[in-house]
Amino acid sequence: MGISGSSSFLAAVAIITGLSSGVAAARDLTVVSWGGNYQDVQREIYFEPFSEQNETPILEESWNGGYGVLAAQMQGGAPSWDVIQVEAEELELGCFDGIYETIDWEMMGGEDQFFDSTVSECGVGAIVWSTVLAYDGDRLDAEIDGWEDFWDIETYPGSRGLRRGPKLTLEIALMADGVPPEDVYDTLRTDEGVDRAFAKLDEIKNDIVWWEAGAQPLQLLASGELAMTAAYSGRIFAANETEDRNFEVVWNGSIYAVDSWVVLSGSPNKDAAMEFIRFASLAENQAKMPPEIPYGMSNVDVSNMLSDDVLEQLPTAPANLEGALETDVNFWVDNVEELTGRFNAWLAQ
Amino acid sequence: MSASLIRFENVSKAFGSTVVIDDLNLDVRKGEFLTLLGPSGSGKTTTLLMLAGFEAPSGGTILVDGKRIDDLPAHRRGMGVVFQNYALFPHLTVAQNVAFPLQMRGVPRGEIARRVDAALDRVQLRHLSSRKPSQLSGGQQQRVALTRCLVFEPKVILMDEPLSALDKQLRERLQLEIRELYRREGLTVVFVTHDQSEALTMSDRIAVFNRGAIAQIGTPADIYDRPANRFVSEFIGETNLLEAEVTGRGDDHLDLALEGGPGIRVPGRCEDRAVAVSIRPERLVLDAPELDNHLDATVDDVVYQGNHLRIHLSCGPLRLVAQSERRIEPPVVGRKVRVSFAAEDCTVLTE
Amino acid sequence: MLIAPLVVFLAVFMLWPLWIMISLAIRDDEVSEVLPRTAAALADWNGEGIPGSAAGQALADDLRGAERTRLGPAVRRLNSDISGFRTLMARTQRAADDVTDGAPIDLVAVDERWGETRYWRAIANAVQPYTDRYLLAAVDLERDPDGAIASMPEGASANAAIIVRTFTIAGTVTAICVMIGLPYAMLIAATGGWVRNALLLSVLLPLWTSLLVRTTAWVILLQNEGLVNAAITGLGLSDTPLSLIFNRTGVVIAMTHVLLPFMVLPIFSVVNAIPRNLMPAAASLGAPPLRAFYRVLLPLSMPGVLAGSLLVFMVAIGYYITPALVGGADDQMVASVIAFFALETANWGMAGALGLILLAATTILFIVYGRLSRSGAPIGA
Repeated sequence: MGISGSSSFLAAVAIITGLSSGVAAARDLTVVSWGGNYQDVQREIYFEPFSEQNETPILEESWNGGYGVLAAQMQGGAPSWDVIQVEAEELELGCFDGIYETIDWEMMGGEDQFFDSTVSECGVGAIVWSTVLAYDGDRLDAEIDGWEDFWDIETYPGSRGLRRGPKLTLEIALMADGVPPEDVYDTLRTDEGVDRAFAKLDEIKNDIVWWEAGAQPLQLLASGELAMTAAYSGRIFAANETEDRNFEVVWNGSIYAVDSWVVLSGSPNKDAAMEFIRFASLAENQAKMPPEIPYGMSNVDVSNMLSDDVLEQLPTAPANLEGALETDVNFWVDNVEELTGRFNAWLAQ
Repeated sequence: MSASLIRFENVSKAFGSTVVIDDLNLDVRKGEFLTLLGPSGSGKTTTLLMLAGFEAPSGGTILVDGKRIDDLPAHRRGMGVVFQNYALFPHLTVAQNVAFPLQMRGVPRGEIARRVDAALDRVQLRHLSSRKPSQLSGGQQQRVALTRCLVFEPKVILMDEPLSALDKQLRERLQLEIRELYRREGLTVVFVTHDQSEALTMSDRIAVFNRGAIAQIGTPADIYDRPANRFVSEFIGETNLLEAEVTGRGDDHLDLALEGGPGIRVPGRCEDRAVAVSIRPERLVLDAPELDNHLDATVDDVVYQGNHLRIHLSCGPLRLVAQSERRIEPPVVGRKVRVSFAAEDCTVLTE
Repeated sequence: MLIAPLVVFLAVFMLWPLWIMISLAIRDDEVSEVLPRTAAALADWNGEGIPGSAAGQALADDLRGAERTRLGPAVRRLNSDISGFRTLMARTQRAADDVTDGAPIDLVAVDERWGETRYWRAIANAVQPYTDRYLLAAVDLERDPDGAIASMPEGASANAAIIVRTFTIAGTVTAICVMIGLPYAMLIAATGGWVRNALLLSVLLPLWTSLLVRTTAWVILLQNEGLVNAAITGLGLSDTPLSLIFNRTGVVIAMTHVLLPFMVLPIFSVVNAIPRNLMPAAASLGAPPLRAFYRVLLPLSMPGVLAGSLLVFMVAIGYYITPALVGGADDQMVASVIAFFALETANWGMAGALGLILLAATTILFIVYGRLSRSGAPIGA
């Protein structure tokens, strides 16, 4: 066989998906995002206005992330997606692999129009989201200060929720152990640092409930199953709003990351795709997102358009950024396999 | 005949509000072959199931050797049951099937092997002892089922339509085999069937069931020749059942007027005015002036049946069937004939 | 001619994926395709020290001309051997782009890691067309520098433990499904009319419920302040709430719930075909109810129990989301590891190798099943 095993697998995927989706060139602009509530808001503020304004129909899909999904799309030969919202790891990996179109920042309004961490060669930042310490103010009447308190089971009894996997967990453990946010990744890049993080996790291992889906920690917080948890900030405020909860957020030690829009290279709808990203990056359009779901926005002008009430819920609010940590994408792309293996082994002990 | 082995006393059985057995009294004598005969739904199978312990009576008692058994579970009644579809255990070999009741009784292993071999020898099935039931013919399966039942020497063998799944030839052969086995082993058998000729062939006594009660119990000859009521006379064999009115009473005979006028004289007494007369077809004879009763009739049809002829006749409103040996000259259809029969061949039925 | 569609179906949906899985697990040609000159230069290297400058030169030349879409998988492959290889290669490629083809380049000056033997050895190992590294890694083994098979350092990987755990959970769920499913199927077979339909429906219901709804329902029922614990403490059976969820108990309960139909239906179809008069026959031959069950009904139900167990077990070892949502720390199953490699890191070699291990286990089970079901009655005879 001349072609490699993986490309024949992808050819198989391509043929099978090709049978159902028809010829790539003939399709509408296909935009892929995270689904759920979030995509509902995106539809309202980006997809539908854009479609209307440009008379360009948009075909929506949603996905759960994972670089393997994109690599399979690309190696299959004829990807069926155009614009995708990706996490920082997928942006980094795909940019190295050359599977995204290069961004023309002039067209987007200039790099200065965006926060630094949301600008890259292959993608335009869409939102800044954050993982924070959360607890139910109705059940726990205390001033929780940061991850040190998360580890203090004696003072604040009850189970703790963390996302299953080494990412976020190791950073949180080091911060709980007193490592300042700016030193977290330098520490993790050493073997001793990783050992230290796992040793810290050992202290509360039996009290941790590991969650996997973003909705889980809030359900468990609401039911009292968890006393404190790491959770995605956007969902917490949404739950306070719609379910009348009193969840408290601790911004100190929060870990934020950027999701970006990318265009798969070779997209037959490349121009429309870039035009869509430009549209979705305009301050006046982005400003409609935070009141619905409090994510930070990439366009620097957005904060001027928001009320203080909304602003203070955003990961990008200056007060909230104090003591916050930005995810080091390169660290995780380099180390995720090794640390996941180690994490699984640690769990299994 | 010896004393009663099994006794049903005022037994009744109802499923919900449906009464299936109503106040049944029945004796099964030791060593007899008793057949419960009746149409489906007549209660014969329910009676057998109550005896075997698979159904509990709603009332009354069942006694075996004078002891109440109706509260004993089936597995402690010690009755051999042969089921309609044999109920052999498909996952066990012939030998294992036959060994089953002995194992359940804790018979030592060596003795089980010996008794199983001996039992299979008696029915010439020992060479098949390691086969599974599915590898046997219907007749062989039936014999295994019988052997499995006999091997633990039960007080009584209950058979629930054991031959109904077999074709006619095999059925007739097995009827004789069962009968032969019964005689040789000195068994007591309660046999359920809806096939009256099977009942007549095999039984010492027959209990004819109708609508949850026994319509008549007696020897096959009793039942056939002297049916106690219209149901039995019609259910057993074929008969000419003629409605009649009593016109005169003698010491030991009655004068009857049949529908349409003709008068006959039959033996018997009766207080009723309206009766029925049953005459078996083979008792109707053409042109036999020496017999007591005569009817003028017209030949409607003659049917050739191999060993006999069936002659369909009409006499005014009456329709009759006569059965004759085929050696006689067949009557010509449409001809007037004289039909004769002896007074003692008539049975007067009041119910 | 009539079986042609079947043959095509088998080829496309069964043999092809199988072949792909096998080839993914053992092929290792990403690196040699992108770094052909480096591969040639390293062919004579004895694996000791640092290869000569020609190798560095070849690497720079290869990187300079490399097609990015092909370099990516090669770099990921190397990075899964040594974490950090990816950033090393990115930096090296940038440096190589700055010099012209054939011009001398000092790689150690670009990044001092090129002065370490293990990076060169990783490339040399990766240019072989076939490898057993994925299969070995799938069970926590690796080749040491001498090429001998050795265990990975303790705490580096838990694949073997996760595979064993997967079989343990699947086995437990299968056993519980037998214990519940067998009597349940017999109950269904013994009833009729609307009762039978209701019983069948209630066991099939989980199949029609969405996974998330079902799982959420279990969370609500089983959590510390949930209905089950409220009932248990309310009845005084226990003073403190029992841990019923986010541990093995929760996983087994939730998986049993959804897999029960796969046990009940095969058993039901077998039990329903058992002639109704066998149990009365056993009783008439002197067997008390329990013995009649063990000697007659149970052995005759075994084909259904075996088929159901096989189905439940095979479906169970592929479970992934349920253990993730209702399990505890050590309830992750192998499918989630496969998903991690296949979806997140695009490491299809590892995904294929773990898949092959599952497939091998399932095949062995299927052969055992074939033997057992051919031998007729496994017990009772």
